Amino acid sequence: MRIHRALAVAALAFAVVGCQQKKEEAAPAQAPAATPQAAQAAPAGDKIVFGHVGSMSGNEATFGDSTDKGIKLAVDEQNKKGGVKGKQIVVKTLDDQGKPEEAAVAATRLVTQDHATILLGEVASSRSLAMAPIADSNQVPMISPTSTNPKVTKDGDKTRPYVFRVCFIDPFQGTVMAKFATENLKVKNVAILRDVGNDYSVGLADFFAKKFQELGGKIVSDQSYKAGDQDFKAQLTAIKGKNPQAIYVPGYYTDVALISRQARELGMKQPLMGGDGWDSSKLYEIAKGALDGSYFSNHYTPEDPSPVIQEFVSKYKAAYGSVPDALATLGYDAAKVAINALESAKDLTGPSIRDAIEQTKGFKGVSGVITLDADHNAVKSAVVLGIEKNNAKYAATVNP
Amino acid sequence: MTEFLQHLVNGLSVGTIYALIALGYTMVYGVLKLINFAHGDVYMVGAFSGLYLARGLGVDEHPSLWKALVVFVGSMVICGALGVIIERFAYRPLRQRPRLTALITAIGVSFLLEYGFQLPPAIGSSVPFPPGPTPRFFPEPFPRVDFEPFGVHVSNYDMVSLATAVALMFALQFVVYRTRFGTAMRAVSFDAGVAGLMGINVNRVIAWTFALGSGLAAAAALLVAGSRPTINPLMGLLPGIKAFVAAVFGGIGNVPGAMVGGLVLGLAEEFVAGYALSSYRDGIAFAMLILVLLVRPAGLFGRVRAEKV
Repeated sequence: MRIHRALAVAALAFAVVGCQQKKEEAAPAQAPAATPQAAQAAPAGDKIVFGHVGSMSGNEATFGDSTDKGIKLAVDEQNKKGGVKGKQIVVKTLDDQGKPEEAAVAATRLVTQDHATILLGEVASSRSLAMAPIADSNQVPMISPTSTNPKVTKDGDKTRPYVFRVCFIDPFQGTVMAKFATENLKVKNVAILRDVGNDYSVGLADFFAKKFQELGGKIVSDQSYKAGDQDFKAQLTAIKGKNPQAIYVPGYYTDVALISRQARELGMKQPLMGGDGWDSSKLYEIAKGALDGSYFSNHYTPEDPSPVIQEFVSKYKAAYGSVPDALATLGYDAAKVAINALESAKDLTGPSIRDAIEQTKGFKGVSGVITLDADHNAVKSAVVLGIEKNNAKYAATVNP
Repeated sequence: MTEFLQHLVNGLSVGTIYALIALGYTMVYGVLKLINFAHGDVYMVGAFSGLYLARGLGVDEHPSLWKALVVFVGSMVICGALGVIIERFAYRPLRQRPRLTALITAIGVSFLLEYGFQLPPAIGSSVPFPPGPTPRFFPEPFPRVDFEPFGVHVSNYDMVSLATAVALMFALQFVVYRTRFGTAMRAVSFDAGVAGLMGINVNRVIAWTFALGSGLAAAAALLVAGSRPTINPLMGLLPGIKAFVAAVFGGIGNVPGAMVGGLVLGLAEEFVAGYALSSYRDGIAFAMLILVLLVRPAGLFGRVRAEKV
């Protein structure tokens, strides 16, 4: 009996140790936000820290991974050129597992503990929304590479002073797909299947519906799901009963791929349409061809023959052995914009870097020319990609 | 009509899963009066052990019925063993303590499994374990064939799931009411102390109850993973809670009640999502259950037992 008890105690001790480690990681979140003065202090030594918060694991793991690769490529290039203002740049990446609360913890930790000069991330709007107040209150500029929800750079009606993005926003992205559906696909009746728990998905669905109805189309069914659901057949069966010509599914790739498979299993042949949340190699791996004939809007396509893009694609391939997706490209651009601002800023404090980022005009990024407007959004064109033989092919470019 | 039938098929296929998980809750409650909140996570472990077995056997490249069977039975055995281990080390030492202590321990075990499985893979091991929070994709154990009677889409997966689930439920019913072990189980459920005095090995009966319940959870996990192929360490959270509700609905501690509860919950969800607002899928389904419980507090098939004070 004594042996058993000792074993149980050992197991318990093990569990407790595990818990403590977790707690240490989470500790910075509970600490009160550092005073602006503390955060403004120049990074220790001769290094500049770029803090990247990304979903390195979890449901959207490829988003974080691609973005991180893009950021590191840009930083490596700059470091080879001698860094910024004589200092080398270090990228410190923290994983948020795809959870908004973890993103907030990671951002706080990067700002207070690692003294990050700039925050990069997140890809997902719901996570960027969790980070934005932290960037603002600590006066550390934050650049989101791909969060497209308008609210990310907004605090109520005001523009958040320290939050920027290098991508277009959802009203535009939704408009693009609505136009494409009406003009290119010539469809009149569309059903929507949105992720209700996701700011990005809800926003995109709303903007799409608004524009599509303006153009004379009809939304015949508006269904919702929750990220991480495994069964979508109830919603799909309801949609099938309304017999739409296409289904708009602005979600993230894991859910979308499952939805596409279950739609085909129910005998639905309609094309699906979506946004940049589809862009992942995993999409095709899970969908196994179920998405053929579907379309999604995106920031860029590696097929674009323009020399800027082709040069970037070959650089990226040489470094990582794969074709960069839009997340990698925007990650690269976000880091480039940050570096550009650091070079032109008069010193390395938060407020002067912020001012420099705000001045970004006509910056030649890989994903397009980046000019930040008054709301800290980039105004750029979008591409529509069609999926054929389980592979994305360029279909159209839509300008703002 | 076609749409209605399709909803019926979908609802049954989800409902059987809830029913299988609910059986585990109900058996453990019946015997120990303990709500085993770690049960949903045992279900998750079932899915992952299935994945590792499938990888080991190379199901992805060469699926066959034989391999599918090995994966199925193998994960049920692994989970059964896990159930016994959890009972032995987490619940048995607390059996004489107030019931609340065991309940909180169950929640602790649940967190241990959920977050333990989200840790990054151990360095140096050939198998990536723990799997980490990134979803994994379950290979198809056998080729999918679709049938279309009256415009309703039914796949061989749905049929196999339903058949397996029903067979397992009947097997369980047989074990509980027609075998010596079942008699012992019911005796322990009635009064563990007296059952022990009558020469029943109470500890062994309880261990086997956990093994059976956990094995059924593994079966449910594999039936889900076969047709809805993403699995992740938090996948047991919601089905676990729903199955618990199904068990309470049917009258917790009652085996046929759990089956009926699971099926009713699956169908309720499906019809709410299909015909009403899909964002209220869980809300309305749960509200219905609350209403039923207001009318029949012991659940559909439960008997009100006088509490001994």
